[in-house]
Amino acid sequence: MSDQLFQAMRQSIIDGAPDAATELAQQALVNGIDPLEAVNRGFAAGITFAGDQFGCGQMFLPDLLASAEAMKAAINILEPEMLKRGSQRAALGKVVLGTARGDIHDIGKNLIATIFSASGFQIFDLGTSVTPEQFVAKAKEVDADIVGISALLTTTMAGQKAVIEALDRNGLRPRVKAIIGGAAVTQKWAAEIGADGYSRNAIDALDLAKNLVNKVATKEAPLA
Amino acid sequence: MRPTIQLLTPDLVGRILCEAFELLMSPGVRVGSAPVVDLFRSVGVAVNDGVAHIPESLVQKCLASAPRDFYLYNRQGEKVVHYGGDDVHFDPGSCCVQILDPNTLEARPSETRDLIRLIQVTESLPQFAAQSTAVVCNDAPSAIGDLYRLFVVLQHSHKPVVTGSFSAAGLQGMIDLLAADSGSRDKLREKPRAVFDVCPSPPLNWSEFGSHNLLDLARAGVPAEIVSMPLAGGTAPVTLAGSVTQHAAEVLAGITVHQLAGPGSPIVWGGAPAIFDMRSGGAPMGAVETAMLNMACAEVGKQLGLPTHAYLVATDSKFVDAQAGAESARSAMLGALTRINMISGAGMLESLACHSVEKLVIDAESIASAYRLVRGIEVRGETLATAMFAQTGLSGEFLKLKETRALFRQEQHLPGAVIDRSARGSEPASDTLERARTRVDELVSIYQKPSLPDDVLRKFQSIVEREADRAGVHSALPG
Repeated sequence: MSDQLFQAMRQSIIDGAPDAATELAQQALVNGIDPLEAVNRGFAAGITFAGDQFGCGQMFLPDLLASAEAMKAAINILEPEMLKRGSQRAALGKVVLGTARGDIHDIGKNLIATIFSASGFQIFDLGTSVTPEQFVAKAKEVDADIVGISALLTTTMAGQKAVIEALDRNGLRPRVKAIIGGAAVTQKWAAEIGADGYSRNAIDALDLAKNLVNKVATKEAPLA
Repeated sequence: MRPTIQLLTPDLVGRILCEAFELLMSPGVRVGSAPVVDLFRSVGVAVNDGVAHIPESLVQKCLASAPRDFYLYNRQGEKVVHYGGDDVHFDPGSCCVQILDPNTLEARPSETRDLIRLIQVTESLPQFAAQSTAVVCNDAPSAIGDLYRLFVVLQHSHKPVVTGSFSAAGLQGMIDLLAADSGSRDKLREKPRAVFDVCPSPPLNWSEFGSHNLLDLARAGVPAEIVSMPLAGGTAPVTLAGSVTQHAAEVLAGITVHQLAGPGSPIVWGGAPAIFDMRSGGAPMGAVETAMLNMACAEVGKQLGLPTHAYLVATDSKFVDAQAGAESARSAMLGALTRINMISGAGMLESLACHSVEKLVIDAESIASAYRLVRGIEVRGETLATAMFAQTGLSGEFLKLKETRALFRQEQHLPGAVIDRSARGSEPASDTLERARTRVDELVSIYQKPSLPDDVLRKFQSIVEREADRAGVHSALPG
């Protein structure tokens, strides 16, 4: 019975069906299923599958976003019960996001926020045209693992460098990892400005972030 | 007959405009500049929480005051670019951050020397009526990057310029540079040498600097080109018709701001719309749907009787290869057939992320072919063929006819050495890129830098130094 339910949960995420995901999450609670198990064996498996399908070109960005929205709907139902049981899903890491100063294009950043959030990262979204000081302040405040800076315009890419320099000046790196993205951003640019990572799309960015938080978790002591 | 192409019926253009007017009222248009908000309020437009709800009657009034055509002039004060009617012009793509190194075939950050090389080649190619501030000079301080690019172009070219400013503060310095070039601000207004691209931020958002630049350009009487860039499915409706509608609303809002600030000031219905790539999240500039969007957006502008602009002749390929050639040549043809007044984008690779001088000379050949196509098939002489057959009979000796000698240059576009039509000989055959490299070297070697009066050069220098001082980057200016 549970296996069937887990399978249906997984499928609701693959289908990008928030209503079905909500209903299945409610059903899990009624049936007394551990909400954390519902996430891990059901819904999260759907997100992983969707990510893999995107990676091999079988699913597209609208499909992926729909999956993430369905995931969000399921988590909204399950989270209160997880909190009650003290079995909250462990966040993969804390990520501060924003677009570089002067850049108000946020489509890529929003995509990252949705996919990362659905995959278990805790997101602190500073919005658009964020100053280096704002990135630093938020990273300190929430004890961030990763800072993600998006820039669409070739003219605002310099803002990514400014954030990385500010993180350095404030002694936040190397513990806090800086990742960058945007249409014109390249691996070469990432290397040039000393970013800890860059990726071409949201799913690759997710793998990158997972790898980086593993390094964060194993290498350095937490911030004072 | 001059061939044209149309994607939209007049009825569909009517529907597009009708819905665009609806969008201008609801949800309205976000405006980031306080003076623009004040301007709107002064004519009774409701602005709530930074969103203006613009009534159609006001937009129509502003459309009525927008000029139907205007010219850009060269340094000698001659009319070169006619914005209006069915005239078609091309210029290289603008404001790229990287250049493709022709030898290593790697993209690297562009510098002043790359911009100069692009200008030198563009200057010699008749296919480009105008220069553009083509690449960012990464060796110059970014705080005055826009001004610096224009400074470099004005020193090295006679042609009109398609440029732009990415900040409200930087625009005045750029207008000062152009005024120094023309002699005064009044002379610049009378015979403008440059047009400024001004971009809204889709969807339906005129940012602080974008909308402010519209005000300043309108007041200075310097032509503005609205470059709206909806991405179908990403930052605009997924349907091409829906994106064209959003584009129309964004441009109409811009024209309204512009004409309220400076009635009669020259303005262009332009754009760089694209589809949104559902795998990469990028904007594929070489896609046929992107070309279709550009064509359809321009058609709406043409139906309104306004000067038009589009972004074509670019590719998503990272190399000067078959994909680059196919995508760029296709959209050059389509843009010319749509009779768009200014078509920007030649030379650009990698979805506008990288420029290539070699691609520019190849694109020039595609553009020449596009110009040939739109001239159409002309009737020369009283008969089509019989008079010539009367001379040759069945001998087949057309090569000897005086008509052949007199007319072949008009009938055929004679391509440069970039295009290979030769029979295979004993020498190893070369590929397009290799021939393009040679052509670039030739064009650079014949280029002659304009000789500018000393007082103009001194004015240029003092404006750049003044702006560098203001930005606190004087010491970072290249020598």
